[in-house]
Amino acid sequence: MLIPKNNANLMRTKILIKLVESYLHDKFDNADRIPLDLRPKEGASSRCCVYKDRAVLKYRCMAGLGHCPEEETDELISLREYGKQALERTHAAKNKLSVIDIACSACIKSQYVITDVCRGCFAQPCRLNCPKEAISIINGRAHIDPEKCVNCGKCYEVCPYHSVVKIPVPCEEACPVGAITKDEKGKEHIDTEKCISCGKCLASCPFGAIVERSQIIDVLREIKETDHRVVAMLAPAILGQFPGSVNNLVGALKQVGFSDVIEVAVGADITTQKEAAEFVERMEQGQNFMTTSCCPAYFRAAQVHMPEVAPHVSSTKTPMYYTAELVKKEDPGCIAVFVGPCLAKRAEAEYDPNVDYVLTFEELGAILVASGINVDECPEEPFSKVSHAQGRQFPVTGGVAGAVASLVGDKVEIRPEKIDGLTKESIKLLKRYAAKGSENNMLEVMCCEGGCVSGPGCIALSKKAARAVDAYAQTGEQLTPDTKIG
Amino acid sequence: MEKIKVKICVGTSCFVMGAAQIQTLEFNAPADIADKIEILEERCMNLCKELHTKYNRGPFVRVNEELIEEATYEKVVAKIREVLQKQSCK
Repeated sequence: MLIPKNNANLMRTKILIKLVESYLHDKFDNADRIPLDLRPKEGASSRCCVYKDRAVLKYRCMAGLGHCPEEETDELISLREYGKQALERTHAAKNKLSVIDIACSACIKSQYVITDVCRGCFAQPCRLNCPKEAISIINGRAHIDPEKCVNCGKCYEVCPYHSVVKIPVPCEEACPVGAITKDEKGKEHIDTEKCISCGKCLASCPFGAIVERSQIIDVLREIKETDHRVVAMLAPAILGQFPGSVNNLVGALKQVGFSDVIEVAVGADITTQKEAAEFVERMEQGQNFMTTSCCPAYFRAAQVHMPEVAPHVSSTKTPMYYTAELVKKEDPGCIAVFVGPCLAKRAEAEYDPNVDYVLTFEELGAILVASGINVDECPEEPFSKVSHAQGRQFPVTGGVAGAVASLVGDKVEIRPEKIDGLTKESIKLLKRYAAKGSENNMLEVMCCEGGCVSGPGCIALSKKAARAVDAYAQTGEQLTPDTKIG
Repeated sequence: MEKIKVKICVGTSCFVMGAAQIQTLEFNAPADIADKIEILEERCMNLCKELHTKYNRGPFVRVNEELIEEATYEKVVAKIREVLQKQSCK
């Protein structure tokens, strides 16, 4: 989902680095300089002028500090002040994706348009196939009446000259559940009741207008200003995100100030064991299919948008849940921080008392850069708990189903199917399976195409990351249903 | 003909600041240069530490021996074409 060669992504990373630097340097005393540093007067602007760029940057910085731009009460509150407020928080602010309204370009409503390529042909398939009689021929060229058009796309499909184009609204197109829509001014708004926190809108907006609250400052505050032990739980998609070995990274995290580092792949091993057992039980009861439950965006989509699919979702908990449980059992007073590729994990963490904060790989990267830590120069340190091949393969599409299948044995037949990416189409497919039954009985659903390695919080290219994940899984020992974990 | 060496710095700072995305050259380089380049990963060249503004000048990429600061996919592709052009003139 991370679109390479994208200025909006790069700017987000720079903002996070600047914020961490500002915190480390003088606890935000000079934070109001950040938008100026990032958009100096003499430089080029990306919107109408540097001043608007800076105004947008201020809002993006706000989000980086854990505030929601939509909740601004006074435009004069400075970034310094927002920074100080961030340091007063003792718990993560409620996760929320929101739109910076001045950055939202209010893209024109999604529509089909007939271009100059139209030849005004004799066959006129566009006009004849339009179910709403919205197309007429004016001055020898087809024309769509926007009042009648229902955006079905029939004309687009049948035009022999490809003269019909669809003008999309990228965020609305990307949102699998229709949670982002326009207000009367054409600006986008996110309905938090419908939102599944997947972050697809954020990744797709060409204007960088969608932000989410970061917890980066909260985590740094816990490390630097409290005597809590702060434990990092590294999602298995971490492989390939930072050049250097995964053990170098453990060393790097210790330098940042984390007291311990544990792989979430260990929790994924537990998920594998329990989900395999649950699968056997469900199939023996004669159920038609079961779906995985580890993707939090899908899990919430099933609860909110697909009530007919929800009973098929495995009740096994996620790798993050089991990992945090292990961590808190051993050290109840510690602060547990999940570090992963996923934005929806922030929402999941709100329901999990064992998880205190969630960071993305990008945010961890910003901390490392601002602290001047080069991962592959850090001493290699081992993980205290060893993960297995199965848990390590979770973040690549097919990995979860494969792991579960390897433990099901021959008690029941397992026919896995990958639903690689949650989209409007795949949601329809899942609903159809729930209504009419499915050929395959083990459905792995990943919201991000390609799996967690394509998550919106990733740094590395998903292709390269997937290779690194596979290579690491190869080195792991095989899990059995009775392997003792932790 | 010898391939042009494109060394992308994969020190943490450069990687996070965008070198990771320049690696798309390994997969979808433009057709005119795709078979003329060899993409290599270079460990931190310590350039970020020498300069006053630190990481702000990263990511660093070397095309043969020519250094590109604040490298982007676009800049790297342009430099590769420039080097190819020079070679064909010789």
